[in-house]
Amino acid sequence: MPTTAPAFSDATASDSALRRFLHGLPGVDAVGLEARAASLGTRSIKTTAKAYAIDLAISMIDLTTLEGADTPGKVRALAAKAVNPDPTDRTTPRTAAVCVYPDMAATAVAALAGSGVKVASVATAFPAGRAALDVKLADVRDAVAAGVDEIDMVIDRGAFLSGRYLKVYEEILAVKAECARADGTDARLKVIFETGELSTYDNIRRASWLGMMAGADFIKTSTGKVGTNATPANTLLMLEAVRDFRAQTGVQIGVKPAGGIRTSKDAVKFLVLVNETAGEDWLDNHWFRFGASSLLNDLLMQRQKLSTGRYSGPDYVTVD
Amino acid sequence: MASAFEYAPAPESRSVVDIAPSYGLFIDGEFSEAADGKVFKTVSPSSEEVLSEVAQAGAADVDRAVKAARKAFEKWSALPGSERAKYLFRIARIIQERSRELAVLETLDNGKPIRETRDADLPLVAAHFFYYAGWADKLDHAGFGANPRPLGVAGQVIPWNFPLLMLAWKIAPALATGNTVVLKPAETTPLSALFFADICRQAGLPKGVVNILTGYGDAGAALVAHEDVNKVAFTGSTAVGKAIARQVAGTDKKVTLELGGKGANIVFDDAPIDQAVEGIVTGIFFNQGQVCCAGSRLLVQESVQDELLDALKRRLSTLRLGDPLDKNTDIGAINSAEQLARITALAETGEAEGAERWTAPCELPSAGYWFAPTLFTGVTQAHTIARDEIFGPVLSVLSFRTPDEAVAKANNSQYGLSAGIWTEKGSRILAVANKLRAGVVWANTFNKFDPTSPFGGYKESGFGREGGRHGLEAYLDVR
Amino acid sequence: MSDNRLSVFKTYKLYVGGKFPRSESGRVYEVTDSKGKWLANAPQSSRKDARDAVVAARKAFGGWSGATAYNRGQILYRIAEMLEGRKDQFVREVAEAEGLSKSKAAAVVDAAIDRWVWYAGWTDKIGQVVGGANPVAGPFFNLSTPEPTGVVTVLAPQKSSFLGLVSVVAPVIATGNTAVVVASADSPLPALSLGEVLATSDLPGGVVNILSGRTAEIAAPLASHQDVNAIDLTGADAALAKELETAAADNLKRVLRPQPVDGAADWTADPGTHRLTAFLETKTVWHPTGALGVSGSSY
Repeated sequence: MPTTAPAFSDATASDSALRRFLHGLPGVDAVGLEARAASLGTRSIKTTAKAYAIDLAISMIDLTTLEGADTPGKVRALAAKAVNPDPTDRTTPRTAAVCVYPDMAATAVAALAGSGVKVASVATAFPAGRAALDVKLADVRDAVAAGVDEIDMVIDRGAFLSGRYLKVYEEILAVKAECARADGTDARLKVIFETGELSTYDNIRRASWLGMMAGADFIKTSTGKVGTNATPANTLLMLEAVRDFRAQTGVQIGVKPAGGIRTSKDAVKFLVLVNETAGEDWLDNHWFRFGASSLLNDLLMQRQKLSTGRYSGPDYVTVD
Repeated sequence: MASAFEYAPAPESRSVVDIAPSYGLFIDGEFSEAADGKVFKTVSPSSEEVLSEVAQAGAADVDRAVKAARKAFEKWSALPGSERAKYLFRIARIIQERSRELAVLETLDNGKPIRETRDADLPLVAAHFFYYAGWADKLDHAGFGANPRPLGVAGQVIPWNFPLLMLAWKIAPALATGNTVVLKPAETTPLSALFFADICRQAGLPKGVVNILTGYGDAGAALVAHEDVNKVAFTGSTAVGKAIARQVAGTDKKVTLELGGKGANIVFDDAPIDQAVEGIVTGIFFNQGQVCCAGSRLLVQESVQDELLDALKRRLSTLRLGDPLDKNTDIGAINSAEQLARITALAETGEAEGAERWTAPCELPSAGYWFAPTLFTGVTQAHTIARDEIFGPVLSVLSFRTPDEAVAKANNSQYGLSAGIWTEKGSRILAVANKLRAGVVWANTFNKFDPTSPFGGYKESGFGREGGRHGLEAYLDVR
Repeated sequence: MSDNRLSVFKTYKLYVGGKFPRSESGRVYEVTDSKGKWLANAPQSSRKDARDAVVAARKAFGGWSGATAYNRGQILYRIAEMLEGRKDQFVREVAEAEGLSKSKAAAVVDAAIDRWVWYAGWTDKIGQVVGGANPVAGPFFNLSTPEPTGVVTVLAPQKSSFLGLVSVVAPVIATGNTAVVVASADSPLPALSLGEVLATSDLPGGVVNILSGRTAEIAAPLASHQDVNAIDLTGADAALAKELETAAADNLKRVLRPQPVDGAADWTADPGTHRLTAFLETKTVWHPTGALGVSGSSY
């Protein structure tokens, strides 16, 4: 079983204690938060800084396919792209991971063996999470057994919104337990809040702390399957949470915005948020990821522009 | 400490602005030399580079400008409001068109970051003209009786901290109400007012309606004292404001004064802490703290003091000080050597009186006038730095235990311009806002400005309001 | 009753902090009617009386400015009711002070009572007339409200000893200020009697403080007093007004200069609102409006 930091054992002793703790976190003023995110969005990242940021962003991508139409062929193509994003330029960094459904996990693991690119699998009845706990845990177990490096779980938003925080907490603990491998290592656990469904920034801060206290290795904004996914503001808020959590416990947690980040410009803005909020310790794909698919090609076109001085076009990057 | 993610220089292009080697006074629609031929230099505070040489107005020039404004008043005040409105709309549009040029110019002459001139000053300048343009033909409906009359010639003296914005605050309502103006910009920031003169020409504004006199305090004093001036509007120090109030005693001149402040930014223990930190930073480091409504006193509830100060120091360490034209610069240069000396002296007084000084780690450029973001802890109401306006990037941190104590300390000042309140409890915001003796109260935000929102102080922060419907009264004969 | 009955003279006293003190200086001066006939001795206030009045006015400010506008209106109306009952006394005092016939004096007193009624009705309306929400270009609720300036020195008109007096005092206190009133120097008796009415009208002590004596002597320390926020110079001549306005600059008091009407007899005209707004500050409060949820704010 994962252990929670001792400081929180009182807070997680009961549903009411957990509610008191989470509702005692500082409130979030929405206008102020969004203004700060927008202000950081006006940073002007040029030349060498831009080149650094683009390569860093590529290296942070969880290249994702989560479609009903996914096939082994599709997953293998995506894996190839993750390993070799720009066939015309072998200096291009590999992406951090490929992210797939559990039934595609084995395919991805095989395709990426020895590449250094990780395999992440969504689980726990992604994206809705509306299944019995046993089913969710079996979902995790299958993926871990298939050899994935990372599990992207969804929280029970229904339980969260109805104030049953302890249920959400215990479910994360149970999933975390399933991440353990026979050799004593663990798959890293990303906890998805579906921020668009949590609706308020206060809820996002509470969910962040709940997830971190329950042993999340990453906190992740969203599934990409609802209207509002990652935004600068909700990512900024989660970066504040991991920053504060480390200051309080010494434990560093990663952040993954997912969905809706499509352009290099957007990605660089997120990196500025990381740099000026959590700090440079998070400027590494062990601690920050982008859940994205189309973002990669835009980054590659920008990268080509920086190296050649010409604007690139869709025909010069690969479709996968 | 070098960061992994080192932002490359991102300077705004200086070539969008063409500064002439010399400028004259703008009187009666023409640029001309001062009667006695005097000139002075204006320098860029970030580099000490001489930007231009401008005419230095004397009493004879003031007289000539007032006469020109008087002559123009008859026709200008008789114009239908709808026609005056169209001139102001033209000006607003030309400012929008030339906003990049003006932002760069203002940054060069003032030393403030391009991020602020581009995102705050210039949009507000244009908005102010746009707002008051719309009033020009609606004065009958402004609540000052039917057909309210303008006062005549307005003598306006503005400071160097927001040169073009202060010009807009003065000129837009004056012209909308049918007055003509003689405006004196500060001696350290004369250029944007001279560019504005050019905008008046582009807009086809009748000659003499706007006159710009560059010069020193003696020219401002002569303007205020001129017997044919009907209205005096001043933004600047409380000491000069008092001198003006004495000078106009016994005359018919109508006066509005926007003066100093020592704004209290009150943070309660249930505040949205991350936004409060941003508000504190905006409150005292916006424009290098050279803001009359700056939140220069941080009043923090003792139960969250340590946590807040840690967060604040961490945040201050991320501020980027340097070339004001770099788009990533947060903190620019202090406007003048004189102002830098004043800030330095007051900070030294703070240390001498026993307050604990903390300065953000940042490297100061070798040329120009610079002061690193600084905060003092352990400050009490008895410290000079808790009472005197520093007008620089220096924050005095005081603590309190109860809301009563917070309000008592906040109000314990000769000033009464601005205040901030940070708490998630709505009723506390309303109760505290109600008790604060300050003209502008920002709750869970700070340093927000808008042309529709009246701005001005209580007590020794001055009298009269600028902005909104209230701002019309200063330029109308209503008694 | 015998015609030979010896009448009981009234000792006129100051009205300060809800009490009726003599001048701390122990001085009095003779007050005569318009033909020079002695009417009474009035206290000749000193600098210290002025100082005490400011202390009383400051002490009363919190409560009076914090009272509901409705409550202030009720009290101002109560003053009118009390005056109505003591009309005969004021008609006599005004007639003597200003040399008016009884019927003309009665008209003046009626107008003064009506003026209290006018201002009683203003207390809870001026805020809506001069305040309101400002449509700022951003996600903020922005509201401007008028607030009383604080302690206001009022130099009452020298000629119109009662209607003029009421016309300058009522607007100052209607909005929540407290007042130190310097009565007409030559005709202070209606003002001192008004103090007796105010004391029985539920008006908290210290809201209005009334001093009699030499205007310049009392006004000078009030004009320079650092705890006075504003001064109405109505009762000052041009030379004194300039001197006082100069002194008032020391702490940037709000100054209401003598108005054209002050020298003339006509205090019966529509008073408008300028005497209300002269001693009001505008406070503007901003607050973020926020959003109902995060989905309105996507990238």
